[in-house]
Amino acid sequence: MLRFVLQRLAYAVPIVIGVSLICFLLVHLAPGDPAGALIPDDTPPEIAAQIRAAYGFDRPLPIQYLTWLGNVATGDLGLALSTRRPVIEEVLPAVANTLRLAFGAIVLACVAGVLLGTLAAYRAGRLSDRAISAVGISGMSVPQYWLGIVLVIVFSVELGLLPATGMGDPDAGIAGQWPHMLLPTITLATVPAGVIARSVRSAVSEVLQQEYVQALEAKGLPPSWIVAHVAKNAAPALLAIMGLQFANLLGGSILVETIFAWPGSGYLLNSAIFLRDLPLMQGTVLVLALFFVLTNLAVDLLQMALDPRMNSARRGSG
Amino acid sequence: MIHDQKTLAAAGAPTVSRGLLGDMGRRLARDPITLVAGAVLVAIAVAALLAPWIAPADPNQTSIVNRLRPPGTPGHPLGTDELGRDLLSRVIWGGRLTLFMGFTPVVVATLVGGFLGILAGYAGGWVNSAIMRTMDVFYAFPSVLLAVAISGALGGGLMNGLLALTLVFIPPIARVAESVALQVRTQPYVEAAAATGASATRIVTGHVLKNVAGPILVYASSLISISIVIASGLSFLGLGVSPPDAEWGLMLSSLRQSVYVAPLNAVIPGAMIFLTSLCFNTMTDGLRHALNVKE
Repeated sequence: MLRFVLQRLAYAVPIVIGVSLICFLLVHLAPGDPAGALIPDDTPPEIAAQIRAAYGFDRPLPIQYLTWLGNVATGDLGLALSTRRPVIEEVLPAVANTLRLAFGAIVLACVAGVLLGTLAAYRAGRLSDRAISAVGISGMSVPQYWLGIVLVIVFSVELGLLPATGMGDPDAGIAGQWPHMLLPTITLATVPAGVIARSVRSAVSEVLQQEYVQALEAKGLPPSWIVAHVAKNAAPALLAIMGLQFANLLGGSILVETIFAWPGSGYLLNSAIFLRDLPLMQGTVLVLALFFVLTNLAVDLLQMALDPRMNSARRGSG
Repeated sequence: MIHDQKTLAAAGAPTVSRGLLGDMGRRLARDPITLVAGAVLVAIAVAALLAPWIAPADPNQTSIVNRLRPPGTPGHPLGTDELGRDLLSRVIWGGRLTLFMGFTPVVVATLVGGFLGILAGYAGGWVNSAIMRTMDVFYAFPSVLLAVAISGALGGGLMNGLLALTLVFIPPIARVAESVALQVRTQPYVEAAAATGASATRIVTGHVLKNVAGPILVYASSLISISIVIASGLSFLGLGVSPPDAEWGLMLSSLRQSVYVAPLNAVIPGAMIFLTSLCFNTMTDGLRHALNVKE
């Protein structure tokens, strides 16, 4: 067990380094040079060169990367060009706002997905199964940026029940902000709910066909007991899917946050791109990608802890 | 119940096999939902292709007096947009760029990712490690984030959007291709070919490619709906197609400003993205089912 944990951690290290390299190179992909946004067009060349030197942009790329990586390791992501504040101070509160929506959305998606998927598996082939499948595939297919607008039209424009944008009073806490959170959370939850419902349906119906479940039925066990057995066996695989969906919410929130003007990391990234604030863009992408890697790592470890079969299989093969 | 259907189908089935494609066609013919989804997609694609001939008006003809007319206005069945352009014509024309932006990255990524994956799976060793560990790094980004970050860094625009999306889809396709190629490599017929002295190129083109193409294509087809939704999302954010071109994501983005005045108009372009993505997902589900591919 410990060996697998260490192996998995060791495997994550090169990934993290690779991710940091891509984030570093993002800035150098940009047309012109990274200092371009700092230097007005009519700047005399010698002053432009001074500014480049001050930011270290005149040094070779590998040196720039190592310097940047060293700074990142100490939590220094540089200064945001647009606000002159440290990038980390801009990114972390925004990520916290994104997480609030993502947690709500994944809880909603899991509850809806598990209920619908289980129901569909138990009623395989019937009308209710087909209706749930249709809902599931629709949830998976819907462009969230469109669904968000439709929800705004229905609940804000036509019914006037909920606010269309913003997060309300930043100090109000969830008690004061939930009306602002409701529509973006529902919007974010649709795709994971669809994916989870489909996976739950297929996992549960597979377990239902196992011989031990038929044996339990033959033994006359009440359905609620059988459900517990089914859940225990379907859980590890489903957990992986739910974890991946949660991780995806962190990166996928950019469109939904833009629609609802929710001050999260996606909204921040969007404004960084349009202000050509490359350090801010780089820092936001890096923090989100690291969250994604960590979430996947946590899911893998949790899945292994829950599923002894995986553990022994790995031990056998390794 | 399921077993009964299978038994009945087996009993009633003709004894002569019609081959993989024949069986697939027969299963598809009995699947009305997949057929409907396919028909809708064909209709959307044909309308987009024939846009210059069937669109009722010039998609870029603005009219200050006819701005934001509601759907059902005489002469404008779907109404007009914020610049008075005919929405039906723009929806028909918009299908061109939207489908192009959705398809191209998946096609290119299938070629590149398929090549890399087969190479990695067949060659093994350090070639495999070099290719697949690089793919792992790209895989460590959520797809929407990677697409937005790359196209944002490159400065937006159609070509940069296509490039970003292609980079997003290469790693997952390469992973599938690698795992299938690994399986095929150890098959007896490949070993037999190697034993008869066939060259690596001949084994790959003659045996491996034929057997890995199916699973790769099935997987790639399932990415088209995602690609269309993300591609339109890039245009929606202003990172893809630029105005005044008609593209559904971009149309949604500009009509969004008018939700208080003309909510129905604002819904139409996004509904087209949804319909297209839904039909693609339904179709790939049906195809998987017909090909007996397990998820």
